[in-house]
Amino acid sequence: MADVVLDKVTKRFDDGTIAVKEVDLQIADGEFVILVGPSGCGKSTLLNMIAGLEDISSGELRIGGQRVNDREPRERDIAMVFQSYALYPNMTVRENIAFPLKLAKIDKATIDKRVNDSAKLLELTELLDRRPANLSGGQRQRVAMGRAIVRSPQAFLMDEPLSNLDAKLRVQMRTVVARLQKQLGTTMVYVTHDQTEAMTLGDRVVVLRGGAVQQVGKPQALYDNPTNIFVAGFIGSPSMNFLHASVADGMLRTAVGDLPVGRRMQKMLEAPDVPDELVMGVRPEHFLDADLVEGQDLGPGVQFESTVDLVESLGSDKFVYFTIEGASASAAELEELAADTGDTAMLSGSNLTVRFPAESTATAGQPHRIWLPLNRIHLFNPATGRNLTLHDGIAAGVASD
Amino acid sequence: MARKMSGRHVRWGLLDLLVVIYALFPVVWIASLSLKTTATLADGNFIPRQWSLDSYQQIFQTDQFVRSLINSIGIAVISTAIAVVLAILAAYAIARLDFPGKKALVAAALLTAMFPQVSLVTPLFEIERRLGLFDTWLGLIIPYIAFALPLAIYTLTAFFQQIPWDLEKAAKTDGATQAQAFQKVIVPLAAPGVFTTMILVFIFCWNDFLFAISLTSTERARTVPAALSFFTGATQFEDPTGATSAAAVVITIPIIVFVLLFQRRIVAGLTSGAVKG
Repeated sequence: MADVVLDKVTKRFDDGTIAVKEVDLQIADGEFVILVGPSGCGKSTLLNMIAGLEDISSGELRIGGQRVNDREPRERDIAMVFQSYALYPNMTVRENIAFPLKLAKIDKATIDKRVNDSAKLLELTELLDRRPANLSGGQRQRVAMGRAIVRSPQAFLMDEPLSNLDAKLRVQMRTVVARLQKQLGTTMVYVTHDQTEAMTLGDRVVVLRGGAVQQVGKPQALYDNPTNIFVAGFIGSPSMNFLHASVADGMLRTAVGDLPVGRRMQKMLEAPDVPDELVMGVRPEHFLDADLVEGQDLGPGVQFESTVDLVESLGSDKFVYFTIEGASASAAELEELAADTGDTAMLSGSNLTVRFPAESTATAGQPHRIWLPLNRIHLFNPATGRNLTLHDGIAAGVASD
Repeated sequence: MARKMSGRHVRWGLLDLLVVIYALFPVVWIASLSLKTTATLADGNFIPRQWSLDSYQQIFQTDQFVRSLINSIGIAVISTAIAVVLAILAAYAIARLDFPGKKALVAAALLTAMFPQVSLVTPLFEIERRLGLFDTWLGLIIPYIAFALPLAIYTLTAFFQQIPWDLEKAAKTDGATQAQAFQKVIVPLAAPGVFTTMILVFIFCWNDFLFAISLTSTERARTVPAALSFFTGATQFEDPTGATSAAAVVITIPIIVFVLLFQRRIVAGLTSGAVKG
C-alpha cells in the first residue's frame, strides 16, 4: 500500500491535443479517490497514466514516494479493473485470477491459497473452473476484481468498473466495491462518469473537465460549495436549476423576482471583472413549499408564485416542475454540460425542478407559492464559471454580509 | 409455419446442391478419369465402365512423381511456417503499435499482392540463376514467402484487430512484459486467425504453377503442379491423361487433410466472454 502523488501531470498527444492539463493531486495511503467528469474529460487517460499504459508528457507521478514515470506497468505494482472486464477468455476463472501471481513466479501452493482466498471474498468459489464466456456480467465483474486483489497491490485503479452492469446490479456491486476497499485498506483510484457513484463511493472526489481539475473535495463539500458552474451542474441529481440574473440598482433581477443582495456580495458584484449579467443557481431541494413553511423564521428570502407543470411523487418526496418566464441562463460550461448529459432542460432556463416534501399539496395546473431562501442561492460569473457566492470556500448565498 | 419453413429449406437446399455440383463436377470428372483404364479413357462415359487403379500404381512407380510430391510438401510447409511467423509479427505491429512508416508498410504489402507475378518470372529467373538458387527449394520458398506475406499480413491484421486491446492492457498491469502479454494472451486468442492464414498460405504455395514451372528445371525442386506437365505416357504415343488425373487427385488429398485438421481450430467465438457481451 502506498500514496499516489501527481505533480503537474500532463498528457499531450502527438497531434497536439492536451488530454490532461497539469493535474496536481495527492492521494493518501488507503484513500478512496474518485475521478469523475463527462466523457472526454481525460479521466481515463489520467488513470491509464497512473497505470503506466499511457506515457506522461510532463510532470511527475510518484507511487509510495518513488518516481515511476518511466516504469513499466508491471514495475509499478498496481492492479487495474477495466470497464470491459478484460478477462482472458482462454483461461478459466481460476487461471484468470492466478495469472498475475503466475507471472510473478510465486510457488504453486501459495497461488492456490491466495486464489481461493480471493474467490471466497468475492463469492466466486463455485465458479472457479468455468470460463468467462459462461459467466454473467456481474460474475465477470467479480472475477476482474478478484484478479486485481489477488496479489495485494500498492493501489487499485478502476476504470468505470460498473458501467456495463444493469442498474440493480450496479447498486449491489457499488457496496461490494466500497466494502472491499475498506476491508483491504488499499489506496484506490476509481474513474466514473456517474455522479451518483462518485458521491456515494469516494472519500474524496476529483471533478475533471477538459483535462483540468475543477474541484477536489469530499462529496458533500462539492455538493454544497461548488467552485464553479460546471461542478454545480455536474454534481447532484436532479441537477441544479440555473436562471438568468442581472444586477441593477444593487438588486438581482431574476425571473422569480428582485432579490436583495448582502453587503459583501454587493462589493463582489462591483468588481470590474464581474459582468452585469449573471447566472443564478439553486438546488431543487432548496426551494421550499411556502404553504408548509408558513410562519417559520427562515431568514431572508423571496416568495413567488408559479403554475405547476407536473408533479412526480417518489413517496418520500415530490419532484415538482414549474415553467418560469424570463431570459435563459447562458454559459459555455452549461452548454457543454447539457450536451454531455443530454439534459437540455438545464439550458432553457425556464424550467424549474423543485423537490418538495411528500406532504406538499402542489397540483399540476394549479398555481403554487414557493419560498426561496437567499442563503441558498449560488451566483456564477458566466464568463469564467466562478461561483461568486463562495466565501473561504463555503457557499454563503447572495444576502450574506 | 412449419410448412413455410420447410419450403424455404427446400429452396435453399436446391440452391446449395447446385453450387456443390458446380464446384465438384470437375473434381469428380478428374477422379473418374483417374480410375479408368487407358483404353476406355476417351469413351465418353462419366462413370467408368471398367475400374482400375493402374494410373495410381503408375505414378507411384515413377520416381518423378514421388520426388515432386516430397518437394511440394517440403516447400509448402517451410514457406507456410516462415510466412505465417513473419506475418504474425508484422500484423501485430500494424494492428497494435503506432510506428513511423506504418502506412507505407501496409501500402507496400498491398502493392506486392497486386503485382502481376508473371512479370516477375523472367527477372527472378535471371536473379536466381546468378545466385545459384535456380532449381533449388530455396529458390521457390523465397518468392512464395514474398507473395504469401501480403495476404497473410492482411488476414492476420484483421484478426488481431478483433482482439480487445483491453486484454493486453490487463496483462500488462497484471505484471506481464510486452512479450509475455503477446505470447500468453494475444497469440492463443489469435489462433483461429493463425490457422486460417496457415491454410490460405499453404494452399497458395501448394497450388502455384507459374513459379514452379519457371524456376525449376529438374526433379531437385520441381513441385507436383509443374511435374504434372512433364508426365508422359508409357509410350511416346500414349496420352498421360490417366496418370495426370491420378496425380491431381493425390495432390488434392493433403489440402483436404490440412483443412480438416485445422478447421476445428477455426471456431468462431473463441474470444467470447473476454469483454462485455
